[in-house]
Amino acid sequence: MSAEQSAGQTALLEFRKVNTHYGAVHILKDVDLAIYPGELVCLLGGNASGKTTTLKTLLGMVIPTSGEVVFDGEVVNHQPTSYRVANGVTMVPENRRLFKRLSVKENLVLGAYLRKDKDDIEADLEYVYELFPRVKERLNQKSGTLSGGEQQMVAIGRALMSRPKVLLMDEPSMGLAPALVQQNFELIQQINDEGMAIFMVEQNANMALSIADRGWVLQTGMVVLNDTAEALLANPEMRAAYLGEA
Amino acid sequence: MTATLNRQSARRVSKVDRFLTFIRVFLVSLIVIGVVAFLAQQFAPDNPFARWRNPDAMGLTADQFKGLLVSGLSQGAMYGLIALGYSMVYGVLGFINFAHGEVFMAGAMTGFIASEKFNANGLWESNFLLCLVLIIIMAVGISTLMAVLMERVAYRPLRNSPRLIPLITSIGVSFFIQNAVMGLFGPASKSYPRLPEWLSKQRSILTFEIAGTKILVLVVASVSMAGLWYLVERTRTGKAMRAVAEDKEIAALMGINVNRIIVTTFAVGGAMAGVAGILWGLLFRGVTHMTGFLPGIKAFTAAVVGGIGNLGGAMAGGVALGSAESVAPLVILEPLGVPGVSQLKDAAAFTVLVLVLLFKPSGLFGERLSAEDRT
Repeated sequence: MSAEQSAGQTALLEFRKVNTHYGAVHILKDVDLAIYPGELVCLLGGNASGKTTTLKTLLGMVIPTSGEVVFDGEVVNHQPTSYRVANGVTMVPENRRLFKRLSVKENLVLGAYLRKDKDDIEADLEYVYELFPRVKERLNQKSGTLSGGEQQMVAIGRALMSRPKVLLMDEPSMGLAPALVQQNFELIQQINDEGMAIFMVEQNANMALSIADRGWVLQTGMVVLNDTAEALLANPEMRAAYLGEA
Repeated sequence: MTATLNRQSARRVSKVDRFLTFIRVFLVSLIVIGVVAFLAQQFAPDNPFARWRNPDAMGLTADQFKGLLVSGLSQGAMYGLIALGYSMVYGVLGFINFAHGEVFMAGAMTGFIASEKFNANGLWESNFLLCLVLIIIMAVGISTLMAVLMERVAYRPLRNSPRLIPLITSIGVSFFIQNAVMGLFGPASKSYPRLPEWLSKQRSILTFEIAGTKILVLVVASVSMAGLWYLVERTRTGKAMRAVAEDKEIAALMGINVNRIIVTTFAVGGAMAGVAGILWGLLFRGVTHMTGFLPGIKAFTAAVVGGIGNLGGAMAGGVALGSAESVAPLVILEPLGVPGVSQLKDAAAFTVLVLVLLFKPSGLFGERLSAEDRT
């Protein structure tokens, strides 16, 4: 257990014994999770272990069959996605999924769709431009014309525009050129250093654990390991199964 | 074995290709020869080529040609207004709402009922502009309501079913509305009251002699289209509409209420059809429960011609289709000696569709949809 948890802080996001089903298929089995302010947590696991379902359940795109999804102490099981986004969670989806026919600027502004604070939105746009000067050069271009790396920047920028307390990232290094993967992880760390909690689903376990505070490992829908990143990196089972050392 | 199969399939494809090439060549030569013969008649009537197929042809005077063009444009503007509804719904939900023509008919019918009442109490005569504004508001209201109800009752329950199912449902909705209107108001053709003289008289603008009604149609249609363009391109709701059209799941992730945006899309498309309904009633005056059928199909054609899902394309497609069906029979077919050309409007309109599908299947302004986008 990490120090933060024992200090009795309220978790930003929490799963309490969550079960989900797709039809008759049992996906998540009694999953307990918690993400605390300022943490960088990664969720690891093989294919079909339930990682993406975990994210979708957090966002309300999948409704759990039992258990509770809790935001900041409030049970949100039946709140729609928009409510959850308004309450400080958003996602950088797998493969970025930008609105390709919309301009870069429009993509960014849509990230702030639920916000009414015009001046702060402007300030946040400036923050995104500062983070990604390349994005600023291409504001009026259709986002579908950008390179993979630039699209990733816009996707992260768009997510930041909703001012989340927790940023979910689904396979952030998927589909990026190898040279960009390292850069991408550095960026994630930088955003986390500025105080935002990040919950990252990743195949690249080595990289993910090298920047994370804690990690959870899912196997066929069950949490099999939950520890600090250092401990997971040192764990022999873990090394054998996910870190590519047979 | 595989080799034989390959050869067979290769041959079958090439047969189809040859057939398509034949149609392409046929249509293009028809148009070129027709236009050349027309120009010959206009500028060198004694040339044997001008008399080649149609010795009696007189050609058109400049005024006649301008008249055809203006009729085509005003008709096309109405197609464009209706086409917007097809295109918007396709953009957001990916199916063709064939009942959209009935939304247009409902607008025209509402306009008839209201204008009849106004005519009976004299307001139509004394204050036509007020009546016009009122009937537009009422028609837009009824058409919007009808489009929204349609979405709620017939299409939303089918949101997650295969696309063919809402498509077929829309044909059912179309029949239902046609028959309901016939049951309520009877099958006889109804006629809008006569327009005031100051509006319907010919006016001359930039050497064009235009009936005032057509000017009204063009002005109202342009204003509506500009309003729609502003809504879609410049407002928050419009941005959300475009986002929903592209990716519903991610749009929801942005916090957009996808259902509300879909309803808005139907409502806006319905409003445009309502405006078109009034304009149709004012221009042609006759309305029946079947009024929505042919203009609906033509507007759908216009949406495909312009590139379905593309709003500018829908407007341009409508105007192109309207002008083509008005001008083409007399310019292309008459010089070739085709009899009864004035009845070939519809054939001309659908030939435009065939041409576009042959040469640019994604439509004039359509983007080619990649396989990824289409899922």
